[in-house]
Amino acid sequence: MDKNISFTLKVWRQRGPKEKGEFKSYYMEDIPGDTSFLEMLDILNEMLINRGEEPIVFDHDCREGICGMCSLYINGHPHGPATGATTCQIYMRRFHDGDIITVEPWRSAGFPVIRDLMVDRRAFDKIMAAGGYVSVNTGGVPDANAIPIPKEKADEAMDAAACIGCGACVAACKNGSAMLFVSAKVSQLALLPQGKVEAKRRVKAMLAKMDELGFGACTNTRACEAECPKCVSISNIARLNRQFIGAKFKD
Amino acid sequence: MWLFNSSVGKKVVMSVTGLALILFLTFHMTMNCVALFSAEGYEWICNFLGANWYAMVATIGLAILMVIHIVYAFWLTWTNRKARGAERYAVTARPKGVEFASRNMLVLGIIVFVGLFVHLFHFWSKMQLVELQGGEPAAGVELIRYTFSKWYNVLLYLIWFLALWFHLTHGFWSALQTIGFNNKKWYVRLKWISYIFVTLIMGGFATVLILFFCAEGLNWAIFPGLFQGLVG
Repeated sequence: MDKNISFTLKVWRQRGPKEKGEFKSYYMEDIPGDTSFLEMLDILNEMLINRGEEPIVFDHDCREGICGMCSLYINGHPHGPATGATTCQIYMRRFHDGDIITVEPWRSAGFPVIRDLMVDRRAFDKIMAAGGYVSVNTGGVPDANAIPIPKEKADEAMDAAACIGCGACVAACKNGSAMLFVSAKVSQLALLPQGKVEAKRRVKAMLAKMDELGFGACTNTRACEAECPKCVSISNIARLNRQFIGAKFKD
Repeated sequence: MWLFNSSVGKKVVMSVTGLALILFLTFHMTMNCVALFSAEGYEWICNFLGANWYAMVATIGLAILMVIHIVYAFWLTWTNRKARGAERYAVTARPKGVEFASRNMLVLGIIVFVGLFVHLFHFWSKMQLVELQGGEPAAGVELIRYTFSKWYNVLLYLIWFLALWFHLTHGFWSALQTIGFNNKKWYVRLKWISYIFVTLIMGGFATVLILFFCAEGLNWAIFPGLFQGLVG
């Protein structure tokens, strides 16, 4: 059994996109170590509701680290102190008795705050809509083994496809750049024969969308890779650069 | 034009100009080392790169590269800061694997730029500039001896070299990453190549500096048979 801990939670409260936000402190008493971070916030919200206060707004959905909905910048790290895990996979046993835990929303011009800890990540959907797909004519399903794909290529594509689009890369980047996200979405298709056909159009469209939506440029600090809950590699960014430059030279 | 209006395009400009400047530093370091072994040889290089047309074209080209690199650096930093947004995090932590240099390229670049003016004042203004104005340029080796007999100049240059070392260790692999020459295997290799290559360049510069200081400032005779350039 994990020990129970008591700590102070400093949470960013902001009523709306245009309003000024501020930190509010909440004292949490006797929280079991096997409580997940989001469950802990549920407990706090329950308390707030019982006291007649407004509960804290935060994003969450599957709570098993695959949907990409949860966010939170905890003690200076997107998705908290663990590597290769999302906020919903963080347990309170990672923190200590008497800690002050600071919880902030993703902060980036591309992700404006909607309320409290919830930010607007629709920019990612717009980037995907710009070209993050394969155009297929409907018809009979082709045989799975009709197109041979080397194992390494399939693995690389799968590693890129592990991206859940949570936006931790943008939150971690000092330039608010979405390069890791865009490069993963470009790579997962460009590595495979089915996606190669539209690779040039895709990379140009997605990158142009990223720039248009106000995300920054990559300076190769590798903060995104270090904080990514799915450990997506910056080698994808090199591939994105390579493909983009290649496509531009072809024009 | 993609080199002006796309984030990757702008980065490519930074990358290519940066790589060209590293190439220049490599030549510069090699020529400096000549001064250690032969004063005569160094004078020959100084004459060769005096105020003739090809040296002028190269100097102007170099200045243009520098200006483009700096203008793009400020432009990118400005847009990147805008992308970061007005609200800053209250608590920040540097994640594992993120290096000091990578987060401070602009500051390091500014130190390098300021140091460059000191350097131009020490050498260029007494050599190529004088020659352009129709005067007689100072003798290269004599100028090195004089400048680096002063301990404060040596200290200033060493700080400058350190800033350059940090700037280049990130800059070199990062430039190759930006033009797309990287993957999971090459990442580790590129990092090593960066560290070794940049240490060789900056080490070469520092060695010349320190040996001249030992010979002139401290009056030590260091292998006079080998380092004939040091023998005044």
